[in-house]
Amino acid sequence: MYVAVKGGERAIENAHAWLAEERRGDTSVMELSVPQIREQLALAVNRVMAEGSLYDPDLAALAIKQSRGDLIEAIFLIRAYRTTLPRFGASQPIDTANMTCDRRVSATFKDVPGGQILGPTFDYTHRLLDFKLAADGEVAQAPQREAAQAKVPHVTGFLNREGLIEEAPHDDTTPRDLTREPLEMPADRALRLQALARADEGFTLSMAYSTQRGYARNHAFVGELRIGDVVVEMDIPELGFAIDIGEITVTECETVNQFKGSKTEPPQFTRGYGLVFGQTERKAISMALVDRALRWEELGEDYVGAPAQDAEFVLYHSDNIQATGFLEHIKLPHYVDFQSELELVRKLRRDAGATPKQEANE
Amino acid sequence: MTDYNFAYLDEQTKRMIRRAILKGLAIPGYQVPFASREMPMPYGWGTGGVQVSAAVLTPEDRFKVIDQGADDTTNAVSIRKFFEHTAGVATTTKTAEATVIQTRHRIPEADLGEGQILVYQVPIPEPLRFLEPRESETRKMHSLEEYGLMHVKLYEDISRHGHIATAYAYPVKVEARYVMDPSPIPKFDNPKLSNSPAIQLFGAGREQRIYALPPYTRVTSLDFEDHPFDPSKADHPCGLCAAEDSYLDEVIVDDAGGRMFVCSDTDFCEARQNAGHKGKDAA
Repeated sequence: MYVAVKGGERAIENAHAWLAEERRGDTSVMELSVPQIREQLALAVNRVMAEGSLYDPDLAALAIKQSRGDLIEAIFLIRAYRTTLPRFGASQPIDTANMTCDRRVSATFKDVPGGQILGPTFDYTHRLLDFKLAADGEVAQAPQREAAQAKVPHVTGFLNREGLIEEAPHDDTTPRDLTREPLEMPADRALRLQALARADEGFTLSMAYSTQRGYARNHAFVGELRIGDVVVEMDIPELGFAIDIGEITVTECETVNQFKGSKTEPPQFTRGYGLVFGQTERKAISMALVDRALRWEELGEDYVGAPAQDAEFVLYHSDNIQATGFLEHIKLPHYVDFQSELELVRKLRRDAGATPKQEANE
Repeated sequence: MTDYNFAYLDEQTKRMIRRAILKGLAIPGYQVPFASREMPMPYGWGTGGVQVSAAVLTPEDRFKVIDQGADDTTNAVSIRKFFEHTAGVATTTKTAEATVIQTRHRIPEADLGEGQILVYQVPIPEPLRFLEPRESETRKMHSLEEYGLMHVKLYEDISRHGHIATAYAYPVKVEARYVMDPSPIPKFDNPKLSNSPAIQLFGAGREQRIYALPPYTRVTSLDFEDHPFDPSKADHPCGLCAAEDSYLDEVIVDDAGGRMFVCSDTDFCEARQNAGHKGKDAA
């Protein structure tokens, strides 16, 4: 005899209690603190801030703790929190030329004014498990020296002096706001960059990689990759001038892409651009490659049908919170739809002359 | 949860959603883009419905949530609790007593009345989506009333299978203008969309669309003269309340192929059982 399934409410409460217990893990092991996550899992924190579109390392660390290290879940927590925050206004555009660089490399020139600064990078580390870390994570202090100069000019600026790279004219148009307006096509570059800045790192990486493997190849060089702190300024109407409201760390990538010219444009180098919160260079480089691929139309290139050229495809599928929600919703009950499909398939089979295996006893 | 505004969303956001709802009501069946917010539940789990409910709820409302017709499915429980906490509204499982009903995949069996609002959770609002994946194209097709592709699809079903092979989310035409996705309700429910005294609102959060049917709107399921629309259901009475005319879930009761059919609308079924109706499987 079938008893109608009741008690969904209690089941949910119990599941949540169990989840909390699992999150904590073995209580004989010391609990992880939010500052520990913020300081020692900083790259995870950066990703959560970038894709969560909220610059707050403490909240991102909390979200990682709460989500048991599931970064998409953490990003989701941040997004859901972010959307409830009041908006006081918009900052002025950050000036990345005035960045205090921790890292700044150019792959296009051996040396550039401002120098190549490797900074804290995994590049050139040998990926050998460091078993010493399992026992003792203490490190000696890294050598230090004074930063050479305050203002580090952009590498693409040097190319621009020769007219070798496309102009990036100054534009004061207020961009559309992805978080306050529905995403509608066609999307201009500002909107595309906005979407890419919060796009899933894995998706963006794969899209960028696909361009490298020939799906709309655009011959990208990393003109410059820089990571460091920039000042955020905001106009305060009551004061009549802009004041610093804080500093954020960002990663900026400018790619220089070979371009043989098109019907409308002369041969010159073209640009791809990536800007992401925190030290997130894989994402920033990926973003720049995808940005460049999406610019085929304005540069008069051919549409070769590559996924990375298709703004509608890229932008509608790049958001991991949308994607994971819809993907995981198929766990929800679908008895009703399934029942109607069952009836349909039975009817179609009857019509097709299929004999039922065995009449089920009802 | 007392830190949040009534029904969670801030007033500006609710205003924006209400504008979209009003536009939707003014152009029945037209998908109005709206700036959907991230909600504290995942996209695909009813965020569109939740935002619409949040925008229409008032403190005096009595709220009912169903998923698959049932009040006690886990996601229905979760959404009901969300509004109990954030809006403090009264809730009910009784269709007749509710002023706002949020639903996933069903229309209640009991007739709705004037003054009631039925809020549908919609996963893919675009009825043409699986024929044309591009939003820019499908919007053009709607504005040009270019629905030939849909008719061809239905025709191909008939020529291949002898029937229209769509059992749920069966497309409808609203007041002879827009082709609309009724959300994944079984086609059995389609006739209830038409001429309903209640306001019907459809929210698709992830896809950022709202659409609506004002009361007494004419809604027809797409069909052909020689293949009229057939709102089929399992050909059984309910095992618990013996109803002959309600939509049924098939429940597997043992591992020997035994199954029973019960009403998917739990409130409808319970009310009938309380009134003394008894099916063959009732205890």
